[in-house]
Amino acid sequence: MQEILGVPAPLLFGQLLIGLINGSFYALLSLGLAVIFGVLNVINFAHGALYMMGAFVAWLLLHHLGIGYWPSLLVAPLIVGVFGIVIERTMLSRLYDLDHLYGLLLTFGLALIIEGTFINFYGVSGQPYAPPEILTGGHNLGFMFLPTYRAWVIVASLIVCIGTWLLVERTRLGAYLRAAVENRELVRAFGINVPLMMTLTYGFAVALAAFAGVLAAPVYTVSPIMGQHLIIVVFAIVVIGGLGSILGSILTGLGIGIVEGLTKTFYPEASSTVVFVIMAIVLILRPNGLFGRPRE
Amino acid sequence: MSVRKTILEVSDLNAWYGESHVLHGVDFEVREGEVVSLLGRNGAGKTTTLRSIMGLVGRRTGSIRFDDQELIDLKPDKVARRGIAYCPEERGIFASLTVEENLLLPPVVQKGGLPIPEIYELFPNLKERLLGASGTRLSGGEQQMLAIGRILRTGAKLLLLDEPTEGLAPVIVQQIGASVRRLQELGFTVLLVEQNFHFAARLADRHYVIEHGRVVDRYQRDDIKTRMGELNELLGV
Ligand SMILES: Nc1ncnc2c1ncn2[C@@H]1O[C@H](COP(=O)(O)OP(=O)(O)OP(=O)(O)O)[C@@H](O)[C@H]1O
Ligand SMILES: [Mg+2]
Repeated sequence: MQEILGVPAPLLFGQLLIGLINGSFYALLSLGLAVIFGVLNVINFAHGALYMMGAFVAWLLLHHLGIGYWPSLLVAPLIVGVFGIVIERTMLSRLYDLDHLYGLLLTFGLALIIEGTFINFYGVSGQPYAPPEILTGGHNLGFMFLPTYRAWVIVASLIVCIGTWLLVERTRLGAYLRAAVENRELVRAFGINVPLMMTLTYGFAVALAAFAGVLAAPVYTVSPIMGQHLIIVVFAIVVIGGLGSILGSILTGLGIGIVEGLTKTFYPEASSTVVFVIMAIVLILRPNGLFGRPRE
Repeated sequence: MSVRKTILEVSDLNAWYGESHVLHGVDFEVREGEVVSLLGRNGAGKTTTLRSIMGLVGRRTGSIRFDDQELIDLKPDKVARRGIAYCPEERGIFASLTVEENLLLPPVVQKGGLPIPEIYELFPNLKERLLGASGTRLSGGEQQMLAIGRILRTGAKLLLLDEPTEGLAPVIVQQIGASVRRLQELGFTVLLVEQNFHFAARLADRHYVIEHGRVVDRYQRDDIKTRMGELNELLGV
């Protein structure tokens, strides 16, 4: 069997693939966090819980209404997005003039409530969710076996990430968003309904998290705590990439996924801490993150 | 000259930043097609007056009538939609937007805005700088031209300009002055805040002097020469 640096090639590529899959989820989630922080000035600690909700809503739709994967990919993010809009309108929007800390505490509390509610009804053991028929199986690429569903996860999240990036960087709506990140008040004085824009931004970013959750449902088991560990890593990624940079959070998300995969191959003991080591180093050398601009 | 219609009427305007009461009953009016200046020392309340018109202060009371409609309870975006455009003292050019994105940012709120080619005619430098440069790599003068230029295409009839000449070289100040005059010919109404009294004196039809959050005096263009002494005293020139 072929070996690379003393490691069997299929093992190395297998871990790289897992890294890319995780990286895809990291990218989708940190992208949303970056957008929310940029436009709303809120550190959304509920992001992991909303990702979990996406997966759970898909599971519930299947078990109670018989609605399958493909419709759920759209419907679950919509439902969770509307839930996010209600949160923003009734709670978050009251905190915008206060310090970041308040938004963080509120969303942290919300995460506990959401997760606690699901644990109460469904326990922590987790429910299986089968991928759609057409995405089962896989291909032998010669150097490794590629499960079709995993390839789909990577492609789908890349498309959504790039689409979001284009939306923000290349459209008129995106120009409003970027301008509002810099000076919300002036954008409003130009006649743009900034509060509405903030509400929709939160709804959209939350829907992205739920979309990641639906994608994740067939990969991991659907459990109320599936977002807990993930969100901690994603926060580290946001720190590494630099808050507020969209492209930065996408690239960092994918990059960290790959680094974790490599670490798991060559030095498994460090695979769950490597991201925090990188975070510490980046904080020392580049406090604004790899892609971040200093904030005044 | 026929008596023109009053387009903006501000009366007993009070404004607060948090607990601090900054405007104490400002009264003035602007007629259609006029250039009117608000003069006053540092901290007199000129910027706050413009911000209050736009709805950008914490709390305000009194009356702001524009085009025969009351604005005092409107949020900034609704004020803008009525046809008032604001060019802030710090210019507010967005660094993460290109020059072109900055220029096209303010949405059109009414018909009758200036087409882009006419904006370039007014500020030829803008056209040269358009290719790709991001907002803050422009010089101070270019930023000011962009800040004024971008509010001309929205169809707003009343322009609020806060110290458009601040920190600019004399030749640029002249160019801005010529543009303001041209804007008046094109039918815009301009409410101008200025520290540079000589600039304002050449442009404005009428002047109001603000002190401690009140209008303390007013001058017609022709009064200026004869009353120069008192004015210098008021402005502390
Ligand atoms: N954001 C704010 N919070 C509290 N007080 C403020 C704020 N902005 C201005 N002030 C106060 O309000 C008063 C009026 O300020 P304003 O900016 O309107 O003055 P101005 O006439 O525009 O002065 P300048 O010529 O220096 O621009 C000043 O005493 C100022 O200290
Ligand atoms: Mg001022």
